[in-house]
Amino acid sequence: MKVLLSANEAVARGGWEAGVEVASAYPGTPSTEILESFARYPDVYAEWATNEKVAMDVAIGAAYAGRRALTCMKHVGLNVAADAFFYASMTGLEAGLVFVSADDPQMHSSQNEQDNRHYAKFARVPCLEPSDSQEAKELVGVALEISEQFDTPVLLRLTTRLCHTDTLVELGERVTKPPTVEKYPRNPAKYVMVPGNARKKHPIIEERIRQLAEFAETFPHNRIEWGQRDLGIVTCGVAYQYAKEVFPEASVLRLGMTYPLPRQMVRDFAAQVERLVVLEELDPFLEEEIRLMGVEVYSGPEPYEGGKSIFPACGELDPGVVRQAAITAGLLPPSAAAPVPQLEKRELPARPPVLCPGCPHRSVFVELRRSKLPIQGDIGCYTLGLLPPLSSIHTCGCMGAGIGVAHGADVAGDEERHVAVIGDSTFFHTGMPALLNVVYNRGKSITVIMDNRITAMTGHQDNPSTGKTLQGQETVKIDFEPLVRALGVEEVHVVDAYDVKAVRDAFKACRQHDGPSVLITRRECALLPEVRRTWLPLRIDPEKCVACWTCIRTGCPALRKSEEIFEKTGRQKAEIDPLLCTGCELCAQLCPNGAILFRDQMGE
Amino acid sequence: MNNVNFLLCGVGGQGTILASDVLTQVGVQAGYDAKKAEVHGMAQRGGSVTSHVRWAEKVYSPLIAKGEVDVLVAFEKLEALRHIEFLRPGGTVVVNDHEIIPITVTSGGAEYPDDEHIRAVLAEVTGDVRWVDGMTIAEELGNVRAANVVLLGALSSLLDVPESIWLEVIEKRVPARYVELNRSAFRRGREAIVSG
Repeated sequence: MKVLLSANEAVARGGWEAGVEVASAYPGTPSTEILESFARYPDVYAEWATNEKVAMDVAIGAAYAGRRALTCMKHVGLNVAADAFFYASMTGLEAGLVFVSADDPQMHSSQNEQDNRHYAKFARVPCLEPSDSQEAKELVGVALEISEQFDTPVLLRLTTRLCHTDTLVELGERVTKPPTVEKYPRNPAKYVMVPGNARKKHPIIEERIRQLAEFAETFPHNRIEWGQRDLGIVTCGVAYQYAKEVFPEASVLRLGMTYPLPRQMVRDFAAQVERLVVLEELDPFLEEEIRLMGVEVYSGPEPYEGGKSIFPACGELDPGVVRQAAITAGLLPPSAAAPVPQLEKRELPARPPVLCPGCPHRSVFVELRRSKLPIQGDIGCYTLGLLPPLSSIHTCGCMGAGIGVAHGADVAGDEERHVAVIGDSTFFHTGMPALLNVVYNRGKSITVIMDNRITAMTGHQDNPSTGKTLQGQETVKIDFEPLVRALGVEEVHVVDAYDVKAVRDAFKACRQHDGPSVLITRRECALLPEVRRTWLPLRIDPEKCVACWTCIRTGCPALRKSEEIFEKTGRQKAEIDPLLCTGCELCAQLCPNGAILFRDQMGE
Repeated sequence: MNNVNFLLCGVGGQGTILASDVLTQVGVQAGYDAKKAEVHGMAQRGGSVTSHVRWAEKVYSPLIAKGEVDVLVAFEKLEALRHIEFLRPGGTVVVNDHEIIPITVTSGGAEYPDDEHIRAVLAEVTGDVRWVDGMTIAEELGNVRAANVVLLGALSSLLDVPESIWLEVIEKRVPARYVELNRSAFRRGREAIVSG
């Protein structure tokens, strides 16, 4: 039976069919749906880990115990997990182990567009790349076989365009194997990476990658599709689809394993085409490997000066981008591009992502904006506090960075009081060690934990504060107050994020405290199903509205300017979109003229 | 069988993704290879959302280049204008006659384009613009969230796929308690096209 699946769903399916028993991950766009989907299959264990490194350790532990295992993460998650990635390459395993990295060309939802194929080469781990969902499914099983045959973890690299594209997939049955070990291994020479053992291991992994390069020569997912011989394209991943679309006549060497390369296969292909070009997204990873082999790669009319030839290294490719680059390089005539009309179009208002109506983070940002203090952000919905009119995030680098950055500015002697904001799940991920560091080193920064009771931005995943596991089991519900007190913070305030005065008073107390402090602003994400049921749109009394726009400056999408004019100033009055308002009452509390009705006034 | 490239665009929360799921599955059941690529940013709601859907005997690229979209389905007027460059000259636009004011207009200095401008620019690319009053119809049916399926109904009247396939796919895709609503929304949509 063929069904439409995204590559994320297909990887989950592939893992299930190939007998993966344990999967652990931390949510991160564009990878999140892999584990959400895998967790729904029967006879598997799946969990949300507290971060990517923990998730990878868990998968490694399962593979040491002789069970096929998988972890998945967004590309930057592999930075967090890198330590585990490298030791797993050194130790090898007892059963198949696959690490899935979902890279994000174009940075649709990321801070960079790092190309994680480099990690494969860095750690001497083979890298597989599918070109559609069907192949994504197949390559999970193939990766597990390779993993067991060569005693190595395997990196399966996806990109956003595969992760979030549905294509047809032929479904198969699950094949399970008994554990490959009867008893957990006691094999320190293999598994204890002290220097004496690790030194013996290094030549073994160098030999392993040499053997894998030999294996790649006959690997069926590396294949040549012969066409005309004037142009030969080496390609991989989703770029293969663009190659077929834009150069239907060309010969194509499609690599399903992009590290290590089948060197002889590449040489033979290059020898049989007039011009060899490399079509890959992001970095010139294949191109540089191929050039290092001494094979000539066509780089366009200009002499090659290093880096990437013909196709852009920045951003996501698509057929339009590929075609345009090919025209510039003289591979296609200018007439190959569809004419794009020059329209008499005005500049259009952007529609940036915004904090949703009813978002509990909004009240905190209104208060932080009032304080004019420097605010260190973090990764989550609350990063959107950066945008006008809230404009209250001044740095944001990666998961867990804000608390350390605030402390660094503080101990550097910067005179302003530094504030870090971090979400509940991100605090578990990498915030906890950073806060402990603030306390231990006598810092004074203020940490605001914006606890909306869910991992929201990636689409509502459970975490240690929700009381539920990924597979729906009841579990402990970690409370932040005792947790941060246990980390040594004495000044701790817990408030309802919807209570503007409580947020203001608690933040003031934190500023007055001569030492580290934590403000926990608690309120469920307004989009949770149980919260949606309580939505009640509010209304503005136009008689009382004086068009001061205090409500509009909260940046709530439910508030807008009406057609009605306030005579005295000639400004438009405010009104509420009943389709968007959830009734959080933030604007009602802020309105200086009592013009916005509270929930209990809505019956009047 | 004719190959068709669709671009669906709207605002997060409008049901653009559901509509593109249905459209892709309808393509499969009508015998095409079909692919659907979602392009959406960070926010759960409020941002621009687009979906590329392609029907062909064999589809390679999941993304459609500018100037190669056959049918642009816009759930919001400004989004129709934003994505009109994707349409091949003379292609078809199905647009919901509805505006959602972006935050950059409400609290920034930006201006929402007037109807005259929107119609004029769309007309520069094609004479085939079909306006649908999706919100009014959905309101009449008692749930504005069904506007996306009204638009699908309108779209279906332009394509050569049996109505039964559409209804079967929609019924499978929406929660059981909304099946009747969506069936009505689809049927109303089929008769709802107001020509530009």
